[in-house]
Amino acid sequence: MNGLRNLYFTLIGLFLALPLIVVAGVSVNEKQTLAFPPKSFSLSWYGEIFLNPEWRNALLASLTLAACSAAVAVAIALPLAWFLWRRVAPWANIFQLLGVAPFTLPPVITALGLLTFWATTGFYGQPWTAVVSHAIFFVTLPLVTLSLGFTAIDRSLVEAAATMGADDKTIFRTVVLPLILPYIVSGYAFAFVLSLNEYIVAYMTVGFTMETLPIKIFNALRYGYTPTMASVTILFVATAAVIFSLVARFGDLPKLLGAMAADDK
Amino acid sequence: MSGLALSNVTKEFGSFTAVNNIDITVPHGTFVCLLGPSGCGKTTLLRMIAGLDLPTSGAIRLDGDDITRVPTHKRNLGMVFQSLALFPHLTVGENIAYPLRIRGVAKEEQKKRVDELLAMIHLSGYADRPVSKLSGGQRQRVAIARALSISPKLFLLDEPLSALDAKLREAMQVELRQLQQKLGITTIVVTHDQREAMTMADTVVVMNKGEIRQAASPIEIYRRPADTFVADFIGSTNLLEAEATGGAVSVLGQPVSGISLGSATKATLSVRPEDVHLTAPGNGALSGTVTFVRDLGGTIETFVDVAGRQIVAVSTPRARPDVTVGQPVGITLLPDVCVVLSK
Amino acid sequence: MRREKPQKLLDYAPIVFPAAMLIVFFVIPFATMIAVSFFQREQAGFYTPAFQFANYERFLSLFFANVLGFSLMLAIAVAICCVLLALPFTYLLARMSRKAQIVWLVALLSVLSLSEVIIGFAWSTLLSRTAGITNLLVAAGIMTEAKALLPSFGAVLTGMVYQAFPYTVLVLYPAIVRLDPTLTEAARTLGASPLKAFFTVVVPALRNTITATLIMVFIFALGSYLLPQLLGRPQHWTLSVLITDQAIYQSNMPFAAAMAVFLVLVTLGLVALTVIAGRKGEAA
Repeated sequence: MNGLRNLYFTLIGLFLALPLIVVAGVSVNEKQTLAFPPKSFSLSWYGEIFLNPEWRNALLASLTLAACSAAVAVAIALPLAWFLWRRVAPWANIFQLLGVAPFTLPPVITALGLLTFWATTGFYGQPWTAVVSHAIFFVTLPLVTLSLGFTAIDRSLVEAAATMGADDKTIFRTVVLPLILPYIVSGYAFAFVLSLNEYIVAYMTVGFTMETLPIKIFNALRYGYTPTMASVTILFVATAAVIFSLVARFGDLPKLLGAMAADDK
Repeated sequence: MSGLALSNVTKEFGSFTAVNNIDITVPHGTFVCLLGPSGCGKTTLLRMIAGLDLPTSGAIRLDGDDITRVPTHKRNLGMVFQSLALFPHLTVGENIAYPLRIRGVAKEEQKKRVDELLAMIHLSGYADRPVSKLSGGQRQRVAIARALSISPKLFLLDEPLSALDAKLREAMQVELRQLQQKLGITTIVVTHDQREAMTMADTVVVMNKGEIRQAASPIEIYRRPADTFVADFIGSTNLLEAEATGGAVSVLGQPVSGISLGSATKATLSVRPEDVHLTAPGNGALSGTVTFVRDLGGTIETFVDVAGRQIVAVSTPRARPDVTVGQPVGITLLPDVCVVLSK
Repeated sequence: MRREKPQKLLDYAPIVFPAAMLIVFFVIPFATMIAVSFFQREQAGFYTPAFQFANYERFLSLFFANVLGFSLMLAIAVAICCVLLALPFTYLLARMSRKAQIVWLVALLSVLSLSEVIIGFAWSTLLSRTAGITNLLVAAGIMTEAKALLPSFGAVLTGMVYQAFPYTVLVLYPAIVRLDPTLTEAARTLGASPLKAFFTVVVPALRNTITATLIMVFIFALGSYLLPQLLGRPQHWTLSVLITDQAIYQSNMPFAAAMAVFLVLVTLGLVALTVIAGRKGEAA
């Protein structure tokens, strides 16, 4: 049974890793050729991301977009999740549903909705519209992690703080905020990484005025191959892995992903 | 008046009345246990005293001031929760200092008070430990110290010992009572454990279905229960139907002498098992048959069937009754140990 | 803590900003899109308010029926492949040590977050003639000559399964972790082999979860837009591709909006059907 399991996990692991291994391989080709195994070794295509102004600008645009939109997403999700936890207000659940909908529907729907909206209101193409679009599209992630985080807070902690003389504001600052902080960080991290990688919403809202990295890769793909795509891909995978490892290091990843019975094994 | 006074306090949740028209006064410095089965309204009552729930009607006064609508955080009380509610993100010392910190007490003052309290609960040197590294009994003590750090006027505890194992619970009961007597603080504990209430309280308030059935000292409650509910809930007892016709009184259909039901024609007698005396059959007593003998070493329980009802007699090994299963026996009911409960 | 209804106006303050953002930037855009789907198209990407069904009538043609049929078929195929692969994987994963679980979860999240562009590019490289997997097979002496494996339906399906597999695992994970492990232990003591216990106890116990997961992966796969373009031929294009094509390249917003609304309706309809079928199955 264990042998069978290990074989199965190896095969799945290979399936997940193989495309990335090949991309990592072609990214270190010295010449601008798509060859695997690599013909010669060079890290110059990684330098290219930062040295070539086009790639560098795309990288900066993506990082800025991800950082801002994740912040806005958390700013929407935190008060909403807090309100739903703190108050009895069944009507407010509609906003929970609205917060989960954009991520559940096919992305092209949200993208097209936002495209028609920005075009109608005359803001089409402004960089900040991409921030708002991504924040709405990814608000689901902090909303889900924060809702989970609030349910994990024992309500008697809040009552205890009140009996000891803390008013609502003090309770939020001294008890609720410290306990929800890990979930804020993970929610932000999830939204950040996914925004970094998002293509269609960004493309439909600001695709003609701004190039994020995924848009840049796609545009470059249409004109042929350049190894920078490969190096960017590896950079992205590495970034995602590092961020999620940090989340796992400082938070309880299995619990965040819904395993409430996160006992020590 | 100094102390806590509740008058006509009622709490309704929708159409359900959790607490019904309660009046109690708790003089300053007394230890009161609210005792009753789960769902009897005792926790709701405590939460209203704490301000965590608001009464539907009625008034709560502390030292003469009406505090019914005063928000919890302005009541200056100390409360220990069933879950203890220790803050997981703070250390032992920070937990105990929390009430002082939010009142803006100076750092050195806080530290001094924390050390004092840690000494009081025998946990000196634990200030910098995370609460997750403590044992159950230690957490219990920290929760108590935290509730007492501002020297509150009122000390409230909601099933505080329920998470501990039996041995530790008994030890903590004694410790809590001794601490309360030393500090002279007005204390109200909610519990469903009658042993706990008997051990700690000056006054036991027995509740059922949102109402107070009896409020008295533990021994009074045990010896003179007000009704069948209290008699049955506190300790174990034998409840026997009695009837008076003319001048003669019969219990379970058998005539007995020396017992008066007062003016009632029908009543229930409560007889504690240790007060049931087994004698030879006949002899002017109830007659029955031994059905089972439970020898627990420290005590011996004899089960006797009288007219289809089971009566339990408890005796010490020294006074071991010389009976075997199937043997007919007599039961003498002494008037001074039979509590007559009118229906 | 007493959860109570908001008492004062101030108690509503926290929800104002989230509610406003979601209404202005999600509900209104969605409504705008529905409105535009009835509008009259003008030249050069403009449109004027109208109320006509022409945009909807237009895709009642064989061509769009084919595209729709292919999109649904592809999404169903991806959902089935993913659940078949992910179910035993997640089950075994949930029984591994916590440390191993975290490593796998980090890996799955990293792959899940990858842009479709990147997944498309990575697979097009892996399946290419010059840098692809066939080179390894040639090196191993199994094949005589490296060849390109794309564009093809197989490539599209593989890419989309790759994209949706981590998602499937993460949807299944909570339910499977919480599954009472004594269930299988009980089955084992009653004489079932591990495999038999999995199929006779775990799978039936997770029936509702599996149905829900199939739906979620199906919707996830419907949203795939770049992979069919990067790994397939034009006949492998999905409705998502056509919507973008109409919106961006043909500048026909009303028609794109109509297709998007139709896609939402089909999605919701299928979900509702599955849920109803599931309920009936339960009642039986």
